[in-house]
Amino acid sequence: MLIKQLMKVDVIIFGQLTEITNGSISLSDVPDTDSLVKELHKLYPALADAKYVMAVNKQVVVENTALTDKNTVALLPPFSGG
Amino acid sequence: MNSNHSYERYQRQIILKEFGEAGQEKLLQAKVLVIGAGGLGCPALQYLVAAGVGTIGIVDDDVVILNNLQRQVLYSVNDIGLSKAERAASILQQLNPDIKITAYNERLITQNALTIINAFDIIIDGTDNFSTRYMINDACVLVNKPLVFGAVSQYEGQLAIFNCKKKGKRSEETVNYRDVFPQPPKEGEVLNCADAGVLGVLPGIIGTMMANETIKLITGIGEPLINQMLTYNALTNQVYQLTLAARKETRSLIPEDKAEFLQTDYEWLCTSQGQELEIDANTFDNIVGIGSIDIIDVREPGEMPVINEFSHIKIPLARLTESISLIKSDTVVAFCQSGKRSLQAAKILSGIFGEAKKIYSLRGGIVQWKHHQAKQPV
Repeated sequence: MLIKQLMKVDVIIFGQLTEITNGSISLSDVPDTDSLVKELHKLYPALADAKYVMAVNKQVVVENTALTDKNTVALLPPFSGG
Repeated sequence: MNSNHSYERYQRQIILKEFGEAGQEKLLQAKVLVIGAGGLGCPALQYLVAAGVGTIGIVDDDVVILNNLQRQVLYSVNDIGLSKAERAASILQQLNPDIKITAYNERLITQNALTIINAFDIIIDGTDNFSTRYMINDACVLVNKPLVFGAVSQYEGQLAIFNCKKKGKRSEETVNYRDVFPQPPKEGEVLNCADAGVLGVLPGIIGTMMANETIKLITGIGEPLINQMLTYNALTNQVYQLTLAARKETRSLIPEDKAEFLQTDYEWLCTSQGQELEIDANTFDNIVGIGSIDIIDVREPGEMPVINEFSHIKIPLARLTESISLIKSDTVVAFCQSGKRSLQAAKILSGIFGEAKKIYSLRGGIVQWKHHQAKQPV
């Protein structure tokens, strides 16, 4: 249990998603990306409708991916501007 | 490289050890297509032309307007109302008369995309909308061309090279934009620069990086951003680099062949209420000729140019909803300076009148229409 409580994941937010989350955030007790997404949607319901790609430790992931302490998750929205 | 003149022009990069005369020769042989001569396209073009890329194509159907000058640094006030592709080509040709520059003063659509793209080795996407971006991505996958991708929003930029194998890794799977974002967002889901704003210097930085990646790809030096996406934040100077991977399901989203590509409606995929409401200058002229139509100038009083070529009523966008009693005809066309406010007006009017009236907005605004008029034979 002690290990679980110490587990912390940094979530780096990009682009206009920062307007939803008000910047980057830290979450604890998220064993995988599915539970992280669930937690994020609970904290920021508007994220559920947002379009983004997720990366764990700078590697884009599509499937549910296990998270460990000090992992960094990034959420990147698409940009169209030119 | 056979002339001293050429050597002198490119001397500063030829003396670079990894680059050399061989690198310069590769640039001179290369054919690069820049789609969008805007915030990203301008700086990318300037450096590619200066570096001596031998053949360059510029696709853009837009004209220069005043609010472009904050970031589209090739143009000046004298270019307002003129074709971006043609002005860019002419300005850049003066920078380097030794290379071949072709202007395509047309919108890239499915009907012309494959032919234009096929004439070049590397494609640079500096466009400003998702429908064109997805179309370019799919076209590059279909005809197998490397795509240098750049995009900006507010203070952040993205940069990547898609559909390209790493040097010496021929078996490796290529990654394209749909591996990152499989489906285009619907209209309004992600704001564009016109709505969200952009710091002018940001596309300058990202566009210059796009030129850099292109030069690296052509000459084979360094580590181009193949299968990676770099994000840059102009406020914090933070750079974040992601490794991308191909997805199995992506291939099914991309048209299988030319015929399927031609049938794909990219604008519809991205909205498409807006596009249905918009008409181009040609269609506008035809509709005006028919009569029994209300044309509305939704600009503020006093905005230039004054229009006396056709009769119209003046209702500034802000006063539209309270003034709908002035609108009597069954066909209504709104216009403004650039086509942005009139599109908003058309949406408002569609909301009010529903199916009862045919509502349109003049795409590209009165600036584009004037330009279109100037090109008509008298």
